[in-house]
Amino acid sequence: MDVELLEIRQHMGQFPPFDGLSDVLLDAIAEQVQVRYYKTGSDILKFDDILTELCYIRSGAVEVYRRQGELYNRLGEGDIFGHFSLLRNHKVRLPAKAIEDTLIYFIPNVVFQRLCEEDDDFADFVELERPRLETAAEQQKKSNDMMVTRIRKLVTRYPVMVESTTTVQQAAKQVNDAQASAVLVINEGSDNPRYSFQDSEGKTWQMCGILTDSDFRTRIVAEGLSAQTAIGEVVSERLITIQSDASVYEAMLTMLRNNVHHLPVLYRQRPVGVVHLSDIIRYETQSGLYLVSNIFNQSSAQGLAKLAPDVRAAFVRMVQEGANSQMVGSALSTIGRSFTRRLLELAEEALGPPPVPYCFMVNGSMARNEQSIVTDQDNALILSDDFNPDEHDDYFHALAAFVSDGLDACGYTYCKGDVMATNRQWRQPLHVWKRYFQDWMANPTPERLLHSSIFFDLDSIYGEDHFVEALQDLIAQTAPQSPLFLAAMARNALNRTPPLGFFRTFVMEKDGKHNNSINLKRRGTAPMVDLIRVHALACGSKAQNSFQRLNDISNTQLLATGVSDKLSYAFEFLCMSRIRHQVIDLQEDRFPDNNIEPENVEDSERHTLKDAFQVLNNAQKFLKFRYPVPAQRQGR
Amino acid sequence: MHGIRPRQKVVQANWIGYMAERAEKAHDSALRQFFATPLPSPDTPIAQVPMVALDMETTGLDERRHAIVSIGVVPFTLDRIPLAQRRYWVVKPSRPLDEASIAYHHITHSEIATAPDFDAVLDELLAVLAGRLVVVHFRNIERPFLDAAVKARRGEGVMFPMIDTMSLEARMHRQTLWARFRRWLGRPPVSIRLNASRERYGLPVYQGHHALVDALATAELLQAQISHHYTPETQLKDIWV
Repeated sequence: MDVELLEIRQHMGQFPPFDGLSDVLLDAIAEQVQVRYYKTGSDILKFDDILTELCYIRSGAVEVYRRQGELYNRLGEGDIFGHFSLLRNHKVRLPAKAIEDTLIYFIPNVVFQRLCEEDDDFADFVELERPRLETAAEQQKKSNDMMVTRIRKLVTRYPVMVESTTTVQQAAKQVNDAQASAVLVINEGSDNPRYSFQDSEGKTWQMCGILTDSDFRTRIVAEGLSAQTAIGEVVSERLITIQSDASVYEAMLTMLRNNVHHLPVLYRQRPVGVVHLSDIIRYETQSGLYLVSNIFNQSSAQGLAKLAPDVRAAFVRMVQEGANSQMVGSALSTIGRSFTRRLLELAEEALGPPPVPYCFMVNGSMARNEQSIVTDQDNALILSDDFNPDEHDDYFHALAAFVSDGLDACGYTYCKGDVMATNRQWRQPLHVWKRYFQDWMANPTPERLLHSSIFFDLDSIYGEDHFVEALQDLIAQTAPQSPLFLAAMARNALNRTPPLGFFRTFVMEKDGKHNNSINLKRRGTAPMVDLIRVHALACGSKAQNSFQRLNDISNTQLLATGVSDKLSYAFEFLCMSRIRHQVIDLQEDRFPDNNIEPENVEDSERHTLKDAFQVLNNAQKFLKFRYPVPAQRQGR
Repeated sequence: MHGIRPRQKVVQANWIGYMAERAEKAHDSALRQFFATPLPSPDTPIAQVPMVALDMETTGLDERRHAIVSIGVVPFTLDRIPLAQRRYWVVKPSRPLDEASIAYHHITHSEIATAPDFDAVLDELLAVLAGRLVVVHFRNIERPFLDAAVKARRGEGVMFPMIDTMSLEARMHRQTLWARFRRWLGRPPVSIRLNASRERYGLPVYQGHHALVDALATAELLQAQISHHYTPETQLKDIWV
């Protein structure tokens, strides 16, 4: 390497995407660089010029514009531009102007093409938006242990298996001998193809259940059954299993979702082992799961409140181990739901059984399984239509207050908008709720739209699930037929917009103004959630989670091919950035918030964030166009 | 460091005529070739002039006592400085290198020991300079050292028009009314050294005292000066010396 080129090479080597290049490629660039100086205010690229070089800012600052003159980006030292045109027809689409005295290194197209061919990361970087977001999302996935570790790794021995005719005493002895904590019950035959398998002698068996240590206690001893009872008679009918190639994380979620501590692990249909909660806890001691079981062991609201620091610890740990936003969101929601559920159990213990059936509904991020560490509570009560306010409301008001106060003590602050079951308006029988929802969709007003954006993310977490399901059905049936409502929701979803990107240590706004920090929820994840909700409502999706909604949307013609993937990557990245910055806050002993400070944003992150903002911006523009105000209303 | 010896100023009203005359008289074939290659005419707009930035590191400031150690050249135009065309030579000085200048130039004894004599690179150097307008920062080093070194080896010297970015900078900062006013107030003069000049145009700081890096730095400086104080249509005769 010539000394004189070191100057150039060392500079480029500090900035993405060059920082990841091999020395050989960096040398090849430095060798071919062409230099040119631009005075403040002079044009670097003009619209429709033929572009044959990639532009690298050695010093100074550059603004890139859209054709109409709208600011597209402001770039500084180490940034590149022109790659968009180089990858396409070589005609300049986004003109560029020096806004400070600027020195540009031009990299000839042949070198640029060679870099794209020889270095995948470089190619990903310069390919706009989707690939970079996709790569970022994938890398997050790759680096995550729980996500890649397959559950079979935690299986250390064959399962204890007995025929259903075996006596419970014999079965217990076998479990003891094997020092296991559960036994799989099998019988000959193949009535249930899902669980039938052949043993080494070619005999066909099927698994019909599992009996665990605690089942021996609750189902046999406590019931006073004889030791000679055939195990088939007492085995649990509910069989929850997992495939051996599923991740540890999936196994964990399966346990949480079904509230089981043992999972038979299957290779195809053949049982290869049983994993117990403790196996996973050993693997992942501070995991959300451990915390959840701890939540259910608490006998008072005060005890629950003491677990709040553990929630933060579990959160930090998950992120450090590379969990993606869906895992974090889902784990935190599960934890939040567990708190709520346990508080309801405790409330019922204190207040006695409910006078009429009810369903405790959660809304907002908890309903979407997208909860973050910074969250307030959004909840409501759907009561049976037998509800009589005079007789019953005192009970439910007390129940709501117990839960709401308890949640606040556990770190889920009271809802500022008073969307809580303690508010009488949100503590109503099912038929009233149905009327609310119908009114909101038929005659959207600003207040009702606000309600819709909160309550149309809804899930049951305790009690009569079918109450919430009835409301979900109502929305899915009515919303797609309500163009006025969709148009209003679409306009509402445009209230919050993303910034343009970053410039040095500032957040760049579209009008060129600078800010010192950005609320990533308000300017990124929340508008994205709003936007996805509108499309989900339009296609009658009953999913609550934004990623699942995007899945449903992608099965329709609402968005152009690939757009929902793009949105999904962008959303993942925005969520992850927000989460990472909350972890930084926690590690530096600050109260976590939704703000990120540009100086804490790494170079690669800012490029990807900018892409994500761009995706959101484009999607917002499309929303306006996709859900126009119906004709009869336009005249007003 | 020693001061610069006061020299007779080279004032050449008719560079084209001078070059043609030298082409006729030259004995050495490389020199003849060099002088015979036509230069752009004095009224050519600077934007159309092929240029070459030249920098030399020397063992001192007096061409009679010191020698050239390294030479860097970068051909360029107002529009582009293509690094691929750069050339750089280390040459063996006819007088031994002292320790102070080693530290200054980062060129070591071993590099010098294996380096050729200036004579061996001269033909190549002249070929790069021929037909291009040479751009230097402070011509009172490059011009006399080159002349002396060539004269010592080929029996005849070499002289040609140059653009001197330092003197362009001096026009702006030393010869204006404002500069005289500053002097009258007793303020120190504005520095017109390479790095200080570059800083005024927002150009980055380069690791100094490498002939090629300085040549590149000089080329960039000229681009900056033209874009700030002249125009692409400025004629060559207004800025060459």
